[in-house]
Amino acid sequence: MTGDLGSENRTPADKAIIRINSLSKNFGTIQAVDGVSLEIQAGEFFALLGPSGCGKTTLLRMLAGLETPSAGSIIIDGEDMSRVPANRRPVNTVFQSYAVFPHLSVLDNVGYGLKVTGIRAVEVRDRAEAALDLVKLEGYGARMPDQLSGGQRQRVALARALIKRPKVLLLDEPLSALDAKLREAMRHELVNLQETVGITFIIVTHDQEEALSMADRIAVMDRGCVRQVAPPAQLYEFPTNRFVADFIGSVNLLEGIVSAVDGAEMTVQAALLAAPLRIVQDKRFVPGTKVWVAIRPEKINMTKLETGPTLRLDDNNQVEGIVEEITYLGDFSIYHVRIADRPEGLVKVAVPNFDRATLRPFIWEDRVILRWNPNSGVVLDS
Amino acid sequence: MWSGSTMTPGRVFSRPEPPEVGLAGGGAVARQRKHPLVFWVSALPPSLWLFGFFLAPLAIVWVLSFGEKRGLIDVEITWTLANYVRALDPLYLGVVAKSLWISGVTTVLCLMIGLPVALGIVFAPGRWKPILLFLVILPFWTNLLIRTYALIAVLRTRGYVNFTLEWGADTLGLPFEPLALLYNNAAVVIGLVYVHLPFMVLPLYAALDRMDKLLIEAALDLGASQLRAFVTIVVPLAVPGIISGVILVFIPALGSYLIPDLLGGTDSQMIANVIERQFKRANDWPFGAALSFLLMYLTFGALAIRSVLAKGDGGLEAK
Amino acid sequence: MKVRDNARRIQPGPLEYTRQAWMRMILLATFVFLYTPIATLVAFSFNDSRRNIVWRGFTTKYYEKALANDGLIEAFVNSLSIAFVSTFISIILGAMTAFMLWRFRFPLKPLYEGAVTLPIVIPEICMGVAMLVFFARIGWPTGLPWPLNLGQIAIAHVSFSFPFVAVVVRARLASFNPEIAEAARDLGAGEWAVMRDAVIPHMRPGLLAGGLLAFTLSLDDFVITFFTSGPESVTFPVKVYSMVRFSVTPEVNAASTVLVVITVTVTALALWIQNKQSSEARG
Repeated sequence: MTGDLGSENRTPADKAIIRINSLSKNFGTIQAVDGVSLEIQAGEFFALLGPSGCGKTTLLRMLAGLETPSAGSIIIDGEDMSRVPANRRPVNTVFQSYAVFPHLSVLDNVGYGLKVTGIRAVEVRDRAEAALDLVKLEGYGARMPDQLSGGQRQRVALARALIKRPKVLLLDEPLSALDAKLREAMRHELVNLQETVGITFIIVTHDQEEALSMADRIAVMDRGCVRQVAPPAQLYEFPTNRFVADFIGSVNLLEGIVSAVDGAEMTVQAALLAAPLRIVQDKRFVPGTKVWVAIRPEKINMTKLETGPTLRLDDNNQVEGIVEEITYLGDFSIYHVRIADRPEGLVKVAVPNFDRATLRPFIWEDRVILRWNPNSGVVLDS
Repeated sequence: MWSGSTMTPGRVFSRPEPPEVGLAGGGAVARQRKHPLVFWVSALPPSLWLFGFFLAPLAIVWVLSFGEKRGLIDVEITWTLANYVRALDPLYLGVVAKSLWISGVTTVLCLMIGLPVALGIVFAPGRWKPILLFLVILPFWTNLLIRTYALIAVLRTRGYVNFTLEWGADTLGLPFEPLALLYNNAAVVIGLVYVHLPFMVLPLYAALDRMDKLLIEAALDLGASQLRAFVTIVVPLAVPGIISGVILVFIPALGSYLIPDLLGGTDSQMIANVIERQFKRANDWPFGAALSFLLMYLTFGALAIRSVLAKGDGGLEAK
Repeated sequence: MKVRDNARRIQPGPLEYTRQAWMRMILLATFVFLYTPIATLVAFSFNDSRRNIVWRGFTTKYYEKALANDGLIEAFVNSLSIAFVSTFISIILGAMTAFMLWRFRFPLKPLYEGAVTLPIVIPEICMGVAMLVFFARIGWPTGLPWPLNLGQIAIAHVSFSFPFVAVVVRARLASFNPEIAEAARDLGAGEWAVMRDAVIPHMRPGLLAGGLLAFTLSLDDFVITFFTSGPESVTFPVKVYSMVRFSVTPEVNAASTVLVVITVTVTALALWIQNKQSSEARG
């Protein structure tokens, strides 16, 4: 794929601990997961990201053994899991509702997984206390779950799962039930926890911010299929299809046809633009291919159209427009600029609010010129 | 039609989003696995009991209803319909008719009293509602026999009602003749109403409580009088509750034994009393069996009418 | 829209039916109607008079008489024994039924559910008749020593009690969080351990409430017991019935009051538990 972003701070070891081969699951006539194949490396913090209904939770449950696949296989650490039931897999889950046993104390909850596998009570207690220390709940052993806050119950669920030393920890929407401030704190904690413990974490989330900030690699899913697997930055900067481009952050998509290819540079004639776009990227398409050019709002430079030199027809990577709407977001504003009369002729431009709001550089009805660099956009054929 | 690093192309499918959230959070049945051992272990004991100690006895009674008495205790199953035919005798038909009549009167009275009471509770200030409901239900918790017995003390010639009336008459200087309030049909009706009133109030309350009060206010605002608003708005919306209440009163009243037995006179026999007599005194078990099943058919008939009437009425839970 | 301004606060608003005099009269009259008989029954159990009409003085001697009445005590003990046994069996059968209906799908399930609710719907006398005929037909042994001679009654009680327990437990199971069972499985529990550690603890309040309900149903039952009991196996309601047929005496009042107090207490307990379990529905 395009764009080498170098290794991020957490480099996974090059060993696939989970291999998912053509996994499918259907519920009656509904295809929840459709022929997914993935490899997840040992020690990775991996995220399954997608809108609700995309199949990510079903996929997670199949990894845990809580659903039986309709087709395909799951290999964990070299062992085929088809015959292995949930209670014997080297995998543990932190559920969305935390599912802490309401009738057991915190300590009994954490030690449950050891107790049912026949470990001696003394050892269970010692290891449970150690697990509580790990999640920063020392001393909470005697409490009952209804005396804990949501965040504390989540830690109990974490300790309960980690005490079994699984090879893989699955987390189903771990942060969705927490309030904003707590969510941020928990994000750091989970990442640190993963580094401390060193095992593979797989989280399921619909929140891209969560996935982008925590994961080493993200699999973006849509309607049962994986659309792209990549580290966060690569996902954001170099999406490989429109769904990913649009799902992660916001993006402007300009439809067009490839008119020429010259070395590393592609010329695309876009329907909405008078002048063609010139994009530099590794992956090139044959002239005549229908493509979309994806440009992020922050990658567009906007200047006022002074009474000066008019737009030259052969000027690439620029277009004239009128500011139609402004969305003020505090740290920056999104300007919706109309470049063509058609409904899709609205381009979003993100401009940091460097000046005070009262000294806004652009106002409604301003005529502006939008410019971008040749390597700021991505050409997509799907 | 998508690309990626390690994927194989899948088929493009046109279905709408799979209900992932629904299944993940939804009922236990949706994603349960088969576990035959657990199923059979949990299903066998209650099923065996149900069949052995409930359905089998009923079946035996059903067969018995086609039998004939041979001597003091012997019965021969001749598959005769004689017992059912005998049940259509004017004598017994009269009892059935009277039972239906008494139950009907009881139901109507319960409705007439229950509707205002239910309305009163529905429109009571918030904190009174549960208290009033509790007060209505509490008598129901006491033993039926005891409640009936208490009524005897109230209704008999030397009972409280007559005692109070006599005291009133004496005070006013009027002549007094004690009312024969016991051992007749009136007593049975009073007893049945007394015992079954909560069963009318509760479903009415449930239905009326769900009603949007704003609808009445809208009617009043548009110019309707109180009575008119009541009849045209409240009553139609209370219909499901009325149906439930009617069934919950009529059916048990029809099959009641104790109240006609203790409060009724010799001509206040209802179906259950006749049945009891066949088994305890007349010793005509086949006939008693036939009458029992007739009562059951009447019961199920009433229930069937109820489900037909309740269709499309946003279902109250079937009891 | 009518505005209930402060000036009209004194007069009840058009919708505040309950504040109006006529409504209050109706409610009052109804409650008087409902409570006077029972209240007087209880009150006159303390009345120092055989005739039961005029108050002559407070006494507990009729309670003492009732306690000294061997037949009454024996009947009471019988009732309690039957109630305990039938409650115990009803809880087990009811829990199994509720669990099985909640957890599994199987062919003809609606039919089965209908069959299980049949004992609740059927007229009591029909059930009493069925039990009587059944035990006679299969030649159930008579003349057994205590407590075995109460077997017929206990069996009959179980038959109409356990569906009630099943209804109560099923309602409780509806609020079960499936992720708890999955968590147990995920952590290594086998199917039976999941049941023991996840499902049954959740059922507990339902089992308790259902058990209390079965207890009162058994204690209070008359018609079905009347048909399945014999001269050697008399229960409390049956005994009171025979006393009532003779005459209205304060002794009967005393005995009745005792039964009322027990039943009301037990039912209140069951209701309180049910309230608790519905307010902690997240459990």
